[in-house]
Amino acid sequence: MRTWTTIAVLAAALASGCHRNPPQGEQPAHGAAPAPPASSVTGQPDDGQWLMASKDYANTRYSGLGEITTSNVKDLKLAWSFSTGVLRGQEAAPLVVNGTMYIVTPYPNILYALDLTKPGAPLKWSFKPKPSAAAQGVACCDVVNRGAAYADGKVVFNTLDNHTVAVDATTGEQVWNATLGDINRGETLTMAPLIVKDKVLVGNSGGEMGIRGWVTALNLKDGSQVWRAYHTGPDKDVLIGPQFKPFYASDRGTDLGVSSWPPDQWKIGGAGMWGWISYDPELDLIFYGTANPGPWNPELRPGDNKWACTVFARRPDTGEAVWAYQYNPHDLFDHDSINEHLVLDLQINGQMRKVLVHPERNGHMYVFDRQSGEVLSAKPFAFTNTATGVDLKTGRLQYVEEKKPSTGKVVRYICPAEPGAKDWQPSAYSPRTGLLYFGHQNICEDMEGLEVSYIEGTPYVGANVKMYAGPGGHRGEFKAWDPVNGTIAWSIKEQFPVWSGTVVTAGDVAFYGTMDGWFKAVHARTGDVLWQFKVGSGIIGQPITYKGPDGKQYVAVLSGVGGWPGAIVSGNLDPKDPTAALGFVNAMSDLPAYTTKGGTLYVFSL
Amino acid sequence: MRTELVLIAAMAVAVCGCKRETRTFRESPPASMASDVAVSDLHPGGGNPPARSISPYEQNAWALNEGKRLFSAYNCSGCHANGGGGMGPALIDDEWSYGHEADQIYRTILEGRPNGMPAWRGKIPDAQIWQLAAYIRSMSGLAPKDAAPSRSDHMNGPPPENAAPRMIPKNAGTPPAAER
Ligand code: HEC
Repeated sequence: MRTWTTIAVLAAALASGCHRNPPQGEQPAHGAAPAPPASSVTGQPDDGQWLMASKDYANTRYSGLGEITTSNVKDLKLAWSFSTGVLRGQEAAPLVVNGTMYIVTPYPNILYALDLTKPGAPLKWSFKPKPSAAAQGVACCDVVNRGAAYADGKVVFNTLDNHTVAVDATTGEQVWNATLGDINRGETLTMAPLIVKDKVLVGNSGGEMGIRGWVTALNLKDGSQVWRAYHTGPDKDVLIGPQFKPFYASDRGTDLGVSSWPPDQWKIGGAGMWGWISYDPELDLIFYGTANPGPWNPELRPGDNKWACTVFARRPDTGEAVWAYQYNPHDLFDHDSINEHLVLDLQINGQMRKVLVHPERNGHMYVFDRQSGEVLSAKPFAFTNTATGVDLKTGRLQYVEEKKPSTGKVVRYICPAEPGAKDWQPSAYSPRTGLLYFGHQNICEDMEGLEVSYIEGTPYVGANVKMYAGPGGHRGEFKAWDPVNGTIAWSIKEQFPVWSGTVVTAGDVAFYGTMDGWFKAVHARTGDVLWQFKVGSGIIGQPITYKGPDGKQYVAVLSGVGGWPGAIVSGNLDPKDPTAALGFVNAMSDLPAYTTKGGTLYVFSL
Repeated sequence: MRTELVLIAAMAVAVCGCKRETRTFRESPPASMASDVAVSDLHPGGGNPPARSISPYEQNAWALNEGKRLFSAYNCSGCHANGGGGMGPALIDDEWSYGHEADQIYRTILEGRPNGMPAWRGKIPDAQIWQLAAYIRSMSGLAPKDAAPSRSDHMNGPPPENAAPRMIPKNAGTPPAAER
């Protein structure tokens, strides 16, 4: 009963576009907890908090704070720092709620609460979920965690060994702990949950381990499961029913999640969800993309392999699919589609359209009509020689035949490589400049398909890969993209892949970090680097900005190299083997000369 | 006198050659070898670590090649790549968490290790575990060069095992969790 009242009130609040959440149940000490803004693009004042990794439901990572500007950012100074005590890749976004900052570490997934009201932000409490150490063996690309989410007095996050945990934001006591998967089936959890209304949305990782992918909704109140949508298998498991109306014919049919695979292969076909979910409260739809099918060697799984590499629009209350679109039918290169889908309203061909913008691993920037699932445009934002584009009539990606991997044959100069032109590292959109900002990589590869045995709980990859820098020799870029015209506004070349997230502010400053440890502030309109600071270890985390209890604007980022490209450092890998870390080590063999392991939060202010 | 010397030399060669070329059709793994498998350099009360005998598989080309084949077939390569590591640690380097001796590696494979190395007991036959252990040593140049595999049938990874630089093993590996 209470829940229903809460939902009703919440829904009403969201519908009216109201920014503040009415008091509800357990209130933290510092007064009313604001509800996540539906979209910062609405132009309402920013409350200066950071309640979810993506900042808002629209996944814009845009902050309305404007104290730090293009003219004064040069005076940015270190305010304080905090050691996480963990030396693996730090991919998480800190949260800031009611004068407290929350950080989740990589495995062993410690949750820290720091008191922002006191000088130096001392530790309030820490929560140690003590995940099974064995989980480290089945985490494909370092033992990362991408952050927590806050709602209703709870901080909710995932542990590597498949638990979703809700912790009381004030006391640090566990409220509930739900088991969602099994490391012995190759599953892990690395994504940051998204809380929509009274539901916590979580997806699994393990596309390299022969998992069966899903997204699951849990009750925020007690962690009980509300629905689970699988990404392979019969329609009833995928939650495809009468509401399902995909735009393109190739996504229509019965039980495609079975028939687009060799017999029974869908049971171990991958297609997890370890990236970003966005939400449009007005259409009441969540949007997310599914991960790669397994094994990597595409010859071992003839067919379209649905619903891997697919964007789903679903009802958050029931999970029911409303539309879907498969970016990479019969994926050839591990091109997961888990990257963010930004919910934006843009002027397209002179008309205001409700769109979804998605920088896809295959190197194309997709703009959808988010109501119908129609692809309005798909322009390449990076170098690709593996596809010639997207046929907008059929929606199909046009693969280049001679780049298709095959068993026992080495196909050379595949661009973009397995991590794609852009991986999980989330972009930011500024309504002031109309530009999308993101880091990405410029990496190509040679790939050889292999036979592979399926042994539950062990890798299921079937490929030898060797990556190297793409054309130009730089391995990364930080880019500003005009999603309306489909053009590059400006771009900064970086030596290493830019594996960090981005935040852009009302002061027209965009922040990102590099794998050799520079935290940079750039002019959002021109791309000029205005300020930079050398942190202890390479940055692959998500920068955020917030208003402190003292009214000042702060910028925070976790330093600590790792992740897939940084595994050579965080996992002590040996560059004598170019195929180490699924082939990324070949492209990163010089990284150990530029950075060492770390795990420190840096917070800056004027 | 000269002839005798030549004969002795020839016999010596033959004996070594035999080990390299031997094929047994019923494997009898050196079970006794796995009884004393310390993984610490500390031996209270003084004294040296127990003397070790060399696994017969290590001098045998066929066994080493079998080890190489099994390393892919059991998906060891999925976690350890072609020795450089990934989800699991590098095996071609000089750092060992749980020991580089054949019996220690045998234990590692049989019982698993806490930070994500699966326990293969009951899944891989004993003789194959010994073949794997021998092959793993060859990856860092610890097996005789004349017996170690000389090529891979696949895209170039690290140098072939018989050309692998001989690493001086150190019990210096930091298991991931130690970095907490
Ligand atoms: C699911 C991933 C995975 C698979 C499959 C796997 N390993 Fe491992 N392996 C690991 C991890 C992780 C460790 C580190 C364990 C630790 O430190 O506690 C490890 C450790 C080892 C070590 C010890 C290294 C040292 O420094 O002492 C050896 C030897 C080894 N593995 C061999 C193998 C062999 C042989 C196979 C195939 C039969 C195999 N592994 C399969 C993940 C894996």
